[in-house]
Amino acid sequence: MADKMSLVVFSGTEDKLMAASIIASGAVANDMDVSIFVTFWGLTKILKTGKPAPELSFEGQKMKDQLFALMKQKNIPDWITMLNNAKEVGNIKVYGCAMFADMLNMKKEDMDPIVDDIIGVNEFVSMSKDSMTLFI
Amino acid sequence: MEKQFTATKVVDARGTFCPGPLMELIKAYKSAKTNDIISLYSTDTGTKRDAAAWISKSGNELIGVFDREGYYEIVMKKTK
Repeated sequence: MADKMSLVVFSGTEDKLMAASIIASGAVANDMDVSIFVTFWGLTKILKTGKPAPELSFEGQKMKDQLFALMKQKNIPDWITMLNNAKEVGNIKVYGCAMFADMLNMKKEDMDPIVDDIIGVNEFVSMSKDSMTLFI
Repeated sequence: MEKQFTATKVVDARGTFCPGPLMELIKAYKSAKTNDIISLYSTDTGTKRDAAAWISKSGNELIGVFDREGYYEIVMKKTK
């Protein structure tokens, strides 16, 4: 059985979302199966419409303009593109959190196609019990 | 003295950043045949170590990491 990694993507700031995509890339490079549970502010960033503009976490605020300009200048892909690339390399499943999706009245069709399914916390925890699990 | 090799596939990932070049290399590796020689061009310094580590850890042969003009060339042979 492959080693497993699980990520809870709670934050919706660009820096943390990128961190999640980069860690997931490292995991598939190491032949791990990855499950990503996207919830709260993370979930608001995978909606097809009404997605808030990219932000940075609190400690990144001072560098915000500089960082976004550098990313553009150096052609650094956004986190969804990065995650899609990693998905081509290995086994990554992206799950939307059922509770938060219900709260926002959102269905799978309202989310970016990167989302494989909408599941509840019970199912996610149960599939993660032998995983290296990170909360981002 | 550099080992002689002829690349079966060249992955030009210059200008992309970690983890882009490694992901490109793994994609090329997956579609390659046994004994194919894959050459990765990268300008990302982290990739120099990361890709070499991946090649060894995945049980393939690292032919070498070479400094070229303004980029690195990391060469592997698919043995697995």
